Amino acid sequence: MSLEFDHSYKLANQNYDVSLKADVLVIGGGPAGTWAALTATENGASVILVDKGYCGSSGATAPSGNGVWYIPEDQRGEAMKSREALGGYLSERKWMERVLQRTFENVNRLDEWGYPFPIDEHGVKHKRSLQGPEYMRLMRRKLNKAKIKILDHSPALELLYDGYGIAGAAGVQTQENNQTWAVQANSIVIASGGCAFLSKALGCNVLTGDGYLFASEAGADLSGMEFSNAYAITPKYSSITKTAFYEWASFTYEDGSIIEGAGSKRGRSVIAKKLSEGQKVFAQLDKAQNDHDLQKYMRIAQPNFFLQFDRMGINPFEDRFEVTLRFEGTVRGTGGIRITDETCATSVPGLFAAGDAATRELICGGFTGGGSYNAAWAISSGYWSGEAAAKYALTYNRNNHDRTLTRKQVVGINEHHTPGETLGGNELTKLVQAEVTPYNVNLFRAEEKLTSSLLTLNNLWKEAKSHLGEKDSDLVRVRESAAMLATSRWMYSAALQRTETRGMHKRLDFPKTDDHQQRRLITSGLDEIQVNWDSHSLVNI
Amino acid sequence: MIEVLVEERCVECNLCVKVCPLNVFEKRENQPPVIARQSDCQTCYMCELYCPAKALYVAADAEDTVDVSADEIIETGLIGSYRKDIGWGKGYKSTASQDTAYKFYLK
Repeated sequence: MSLEFDHSYKLANQNYDVSLKADVLVIGGGPAGTWAALTATENGASVILVDKGYCGSSGATAPSGNGVWYIPEDQRGEAMKSREALGGYLSERKWMERVLQRTFENVNRLDEWGYPFPIDEHGVKHKRSLQGPEYMRLMRRKLNKAKIKILDHSPALELLYDGYGIAGAAGVQTQENNQTWAVQANSIVIASGGCAFLSKALGCNVLTGDGYLFASEAGADLSGMEFSNAYAITPKYSSITKTAFYEWASFTYEDGSIIEGAGSKRGRSVIAKKLSEGQKVFAQLDKAQNDHDLQKYMRIAQPNFFLQFDRMGINPFEDRFEVTLRFEGTVRGTGGIRITDETCATSVPGLFAAGDAATRELICGGFTGGGSYNAAWAISSGYWSGEAAAKYALTYNRNNHDRTLTRKQVVGINEHHTPGETLGGNELTKLVQAEVTPYNVNLFRAEEKLTSSLLTLNNLWKEAKSHLGEKDSDLVRVRESAAMLATSRWMYSAALQRTETRGMHKRLDFPKTDDHQQRRLITSGLDEIQVNWDSHSLVNI
Repeated sequence: MIEVLVEERCVECNLCVKVCPLNVFEKRENQPPVIARQSDCQTCYMCELYCPAKALYVAADAEDTVDVSADEIIETGLIGSYRKDIGWGKGYKSTASQDTAYKFYLK
């Protein structure tokens, strides 16, 4: 057995190089995780935050320009109304209101902390946009000031348990000779983001659904997993999944003729259809061609949108460039770990979920949580989960006692392995991607293809249970592939159950919205997946 | 993907090793780090943004490696241009304070 393949063995035997203890463990260092960590500390808890990459640059927010759902009180009615129909009336006013209020207060705190919000020529300060690098650098500084222990490059790979329930997590440190670590904690906030299936959507390759898998292994359920088929327009081969400026674009065939109905919002499926037919699609921001002030504002608002063009030698206002649709899964979808109350608790005591790891149906229903809604949700759910996790940890403090941490048998972490028969993490990832990426399976959904894909994925799960291990990749990739496989199965199980079209979930065989299905779908289980209609009834406003 | 690390410019601060979310770089003793796992690069440009020496260049192609001439990107000023766009580093001011996104929300 080579040294680099020792991690599975070490974790299976609970052989940890580093053992730490805190009241609250936060998994993930994006906006949700940093708000959670900070708020937990403010509520008197000691906190450790672990990040798969680097807290400050990891995830979808850090490399992006981010709109924020920051709305003054007198405009909130309209702001909420504009979302409800799009989301298929699966959102709730009560949640939208409290997210708007929490976001408003927390963004004002960012202002107090020195985030450099722009001030216009009338002296008005604008707080509806956060530049990712600046925002996340500030959050890291706040965590450092609060003396929160951050473990960078320390992916969590499994949760740990004691006689009372969840009790911590274990993982590896990828830059410290792959040392294994364990953190003992009284409560845990999962803020590990959504799942974009390693599609290279901007900043998203650390987002592989790990938190969904951990939560499910602990017994938690998920909600809205059918709303998981977001795709973003990008120039072909580029990672920049920023689509706002395609509002100024026209879309054309290779010969230059206009593609009727193609657009950045509602017309995205027209683009997908052409691409799945094997046609090339081109874009040009010609509607802004003659407005040089507008071009200047665009450039300052989204620097990396133009960075890609500068580096490809393209002038997007003057030139036509080939585009594609890059898969964003649940990152811009709305499904995730089910939230059971206003503290962002999950169905497992002591386990909380925040940001894209949690369902965003509460404020977005079934239509993209992307952009400002996800940002507002991350801030708010991070805050609430951090507050509640601290209270839980301090109320049920077991850290002073001798605790025996135990683990559950989980897919991909095995004491022994048989290399000849092992299914590798990279190999499994490719097999999962082949089922979830194609537009003609995941975007244009119908029973036959969904059923056949789900059968393939379910069989892969059976194989993974006995054979997934370290072979063509390290243990991190192994567990990521297991998380992506589980996520894909929840997605298609829920997509089959919802026999209607609602929000981003479009069924070719059920093109209409069915009033009887104005309910959320709860998905649970790993070996056998159950999909159930939520008993919670929702009202049309 | 990350394509160029100009060793002569590198100040061996190893910030790129630290901030890369995908652990693409590898630290070395008394030498500049190396691009050790290029195919893991997700093209998020964060290494280039954090590099204080304008020694890194990320090409826009996220899927394949492309030929990049170090001389050319130095000459055209493309290397490290993202750091300038964001306004980080000595002599610059964060461009977040000039963020014009609000002009689009008002429309």
